[in-house]
Amino acid sequence: MKEFLFLYRNDSSKMQQATPEQAAAMLKKWMDWLGSIAAQNKLITNGNRLHDSGKIVKSENVVTNGPYTEIKESIGGYSIIKAASYDEAVEFAKGCPGLLNGGSVEVREIDSM
Amino acid sequence: MMEKQELIPHLFRTEFTKIAAVLCKLFGIEHIEAAEDIASETFLSALETWSYKGVPENPVAWLYAVAKNKAKNQINRNQIFSKKIEPQLKNTIDRINEIDIDLSEKNITDSQLQMLFAICHPSISTEAQIGLSLRILCGFGIEEIANAFLSNKETINKRLYRAKEKLQQEKVQIEFPSAKEIDKRLETVLTTLYLLFNEGYYSESSDAVLREDLCLEAMRLTYLLIENEQTNLPPVNAMLSLMCFHASRFAARKKENGELVLYKDQDEKLWNQDLITKGIFFLNASSQGNTISKYHLEASIAYWHTIKADTKEKWESILQLYNQLLQIEYSPVAALNRTFALSKARDKKEAIKEAEKLQLTNNHYYYTLLGELYKEIDNKKSKLNFEKAYALAKTQTDKQVIKKKIVEL
Repeated sequence: MKEFLFLYRNDSSKMQQATPEQAAAMLKKWMDWLGSIAAQNKLITNGNRLHDSGKIVKSENVVTNGPYTEIKESIGGYSIIKAASYDEAVEFAKGCPGLLNGGSVEVREIDSM
Repeated sequence: MMEKQELIPHLFRTEFTKIAAVLCKLFGIEHIEAAEDIASETFLSALETWSYKGVPENPVAWLYAVAKNKAKNQINRNQIFSKKIEPQLKNTIDRINEIDIDLSEKNITDSQLQMLFAICHPSISTEAQIGLSLRILCGFGIEEIANAFLSNKETINKRLYRAKEKLQQEKVQIEFPSAKEIDKRLETVLTTLYLLFNEGYYSESSDAVLREDLCLEAMRLTYLLIENEQTNLPPVNAMLSLMCFHASRFAARKKENGELVLYKDQDEKLWNQDLITKGIFFLNASSQGNTISKYHLEASIAYWHTIKADTKEKWESILQLYNQLLQIEYSPVAALNRTFALSKARDKKEAIKEAEKLQLTNNHYYYTLLGELYKEIDNKKSKLNFEKAYALAKTQTDKQVIKKKIVEL
């Protein structure tokens, strides 16, 4: 069994426009999706959601505010799952509710070395 | 005569644990067996004396006086004890009588609580923790423990002996854990109490009184934690709430002959409303703070089950609680129950799709669930799954339940 990182990207401006009802309905979809993976004993951690804003630190003391607000796809959160192969991990990712809002899931195998 | 016969077992359970805990605390864990022996001998004396002299006016005081004497004699006789106690005493022989064997209510409670932490020590197996708790903290006889575990006296004796040996090797102190350690140590204690309760609730033992006693003892020990300010914490309240909700269905979930009555067939008039109210009280108490333990989620699920009416709202809430529970900790039971809740909150076809992903192919509950879900959609498949479940089921109770489902199909 291998471990995979799911990186969720979305357009955060869209999320901010959602009504409380829409946000609650979306949360339920996420919980159903993660619950289904967990019920198959394939969830390592549901991970965390990230705030929209952030800082970027570069060499020579350059610190800027995160560029996230300007780009369509900022990282909104992550989870770690286990799967036998990339194919299986990708099948899980296809059910991610973030896709319904035009978001994406980046699937990356975790190098255990 | 009748009165005495009922009095002694009752006294034995409650007073044995008190005497054993106080003496063990006084002697140290290395003399746990001596403490146990003195408590047992005290009751042998009671049986002998009371049979011809009658039960004394204050039996508890009588027991404490005898226990104190036996403890002092033991200290007097036994050099090992003097090693521990002597440093505090200049002239051992003369001052034996001054040793304070404190059987006050406060010292009893403190000693029991400290013993609970000592016994539920991460160094010994959970199975041994449960056995030792039953013996020392609940005053169960070896035979009763063997009966509860569907085992024999010899196996239980060996298990308890090894557990005590381990506690001695690890030099486990009978003390209250420090504030820094308490959360972690409490986790072990809660796991043991949870399993102790389940041992009673799901026991295959034919002795109904014994089964309930196990559950009530687990609840009593949990309540001991709630009564203490330092351990009156949200997960403890959540655990007691969970136990109250489950216990409220004692009378409804088994027929007189021990046959299991499924939740949907239970007569809700038999549910104990008093325990349900208590469960709600402790559930509210558990909601302080901002951590959600698995006990919070399980208690909330159990709360919804105290409402018999099948509504979408109820099952949607249960589904979401299972979604959360599984993300904290996977268990096959939670995975199966989540899928059942899904069938009630949404529809059976969606649940079948989810169920088939679980692939718990050595679990008879898995096939029972599939059998239920296929009912009316594809009765042939339903029957096939029930038959697989029947073949995998190990206990008579489970086989009975499944057979009934096949017949009713």
